[in-house]
Amino acid sequence: MPFEEVRPLKIAVCVKAVPDTESKIVVAADKSNIDFTGLRFITSPYDEFAIEEALRIKEKLGGETVVLSVGGAETTDVLRDSLARGIDSAVHLQDPAFTNLDSLSIAKVLAAAIKDGGYDMVFLGQQGVGGDNSQVPGMLAELLDLPQCTMTVKLEVEGTNFKAEREIEGAHELVEGTLPAVFSAQKGLNEPRYPSIKGVMAARRKEITVKNAEALGLAGKVGNGVAPLKLAEMAAPPDRPQGRLIEGDPDSQVKTLVNLLKTEAQVI
Amino acid sequence: MASGILVFIEQRNGQIRKSSLEALSEARSLAAGKEPVSALLVGHNIKELSATVNKCKPDKILVADQAEFANYSTEGYAAALSAAIKQTDARLVLCANTSMGKDLIPRVAARFDAACVTDVSEIKMNGDKMQVVHPMYSGKTRGLFELNSAVSFITLRPNVFALTEVENGHHAPVEDLAVSTGNIRAKVVDTHAAAGQKIELSEASVIVSGGRGIKGPENWGLLQNLCDVLGAALGASRAVVDAGWIDHQQQVGQTGKVVSPQLYIACGISGAIQHLAGMNSSKVIVAINKDPEAPIFKHATYGIVGDMFEVVPKLTEELRKTNN
Repeated sequence: MPFEEVRPLKIAVCVKAVPDTESKIVVAADKSNIDFTGLRFITSPYDEFAIEEALRIKEKLGGETVVLSVGGAETTDVLRDSLARGIDSAVHLQDPAFTNLDSLSIAKVLAAAIKDGGYDMVFLGQQGVGGDNSQVPGMLAELLDLPQCTMTVKLEVEGTNFKAEREIEGAHELVEGTLPAVFSAQKGLNEPRYPSIKGVMAARRKEITVKNAEALGLAGKVGNGVAPLKLAEMAAPPDRPQGRLIEGDPDSQVKTLVNLLKTEAQVI
Repeated sequence: MASGILVFIEQRNGQIRKSSLEALSEARSLAAGKEPVSALLVGHNIKELSATVNKCKPDKILVADQAEFANYSTEGYAAALSAAIKQTDARLVLCANTSMGKDLIPRVAARFDAACVTDVSEIKMNGDKMQVVHPMYSGKTRGLFELNSAVSFITLRPNVFALTEVENGHHAPVEDLAVSTGNIRAKVVDTHAAAGQKIELSEASVIVSGGRGIKGPENWGLLQNLCDVLGAALGASRAVVDAGWIDHQQQVGQTGKVVSPQLYIACGISGAIQHLAGMNSSKVIVAINKDPEAPIFKHATYGIVGDMFEVVPKLTEELRKTNN
């Protein structure tokens, strides 16, 4: 009698090391980027929802979780943070050519690392904090030729099908699709756990696999000015003009304010 | 050599998004009459929507009207946009930076191995070279980008680019676009409206926001009254979202929404850096806070040091009087 083989899920989570969101961000002297001197790096906040969802699905349905990240030396601690939360193994995609990549190049590096891995689900944060592009999830899905659900705030897996909710303007869309698929996580999907002390200790002993451009078959294909998108210059935002405090008692303050909004600012 | 600009016009349930018309207006301004501007409508039973699109005077309207486009799917709409790019041979694709635009455009940009910049706040011409501004690090810096592919992709921040409608009476030629979508593996099957909010934050021209100064979720009515008299959307700081006083959809700031309204009224918000990042590009900022040292006052166009529970009702009443 034939029996149904239940294959455990294989789940990839793509994370990014970003400057702590509390950091003061200053443009570098040569305007080629921000000044990274002294900045502390953290797991991009939306990636925490992606990690948590991968862990919850594994806990519920069984399987294997792998975290991947493209970046320099600052990435190691972020990968260890994922391991400390309970991700099984980590892959660091590191190469001098992977410095200051645009979103499409990052997606190409991730796709090269993921494509033959037999993954059922790929999770990312809906946006890497800092670059603020929200591009990699959709690009990665295209390069892997997989369906996608971005801005995911709810997810259920049944066999090889998924049901998800994604956040749109003033509403949620219900999305149904098949696995394998790519998901980007939005705040609200879950409550990320903190790493346990035991997890932190265990993560220190785990080995992180490192792959460079050559190992990924990408030598000469990404980085070093190959991409059609160029950052010409980074600049500080223009200063806001000096504002003013409206003095007086509350009655005269609101009268003055309404008058200024009408006549000077002309916004009401 | 590719030429022309293609604008993806977003519609849901037969409603065209205002920010799509802003993108079409910007396309016309960039083309400056020297290259054609095409608009793409994707959906089902949507042909009458071309009347709305015509107000922004495209040279051509492509309509992909098929049953499978009744609901949004990334793969289906990506097939339609890809077909339209091939048909028009456009050098540039513009789209509003909405949840649909952010889902669709990166996927299609990867398909064309193309340069793509999302959430653009400004497009400048430096001689013949186009440069686009994308706010980064939640607006703490701005990247100036150049796009050098045969076709390039840009999504525009809503509410920033001027909507320039012309008189009724423009009738651009309408072409049917036949699209073969292939197998669509993930699609929208239903939409649930979020409770409460009538006006979407990212497209609102006036926003009233509340922070810890509101003291508790029972007091939102105070700000809702001010919203009603201004036709404003209600926003909130991260502190009150994390406290569970309001839904995350209402959060303005680094891990919430980035907004650029004409008028932003911050009530009882101290002005943490994450919050400022989300609203600092508003045209006019009004701050009402009882702490004169609150950082929000450094960014405010007009500041009132006072108790919001006293000032906000008086402001609502004063506005109601001037409305009448």
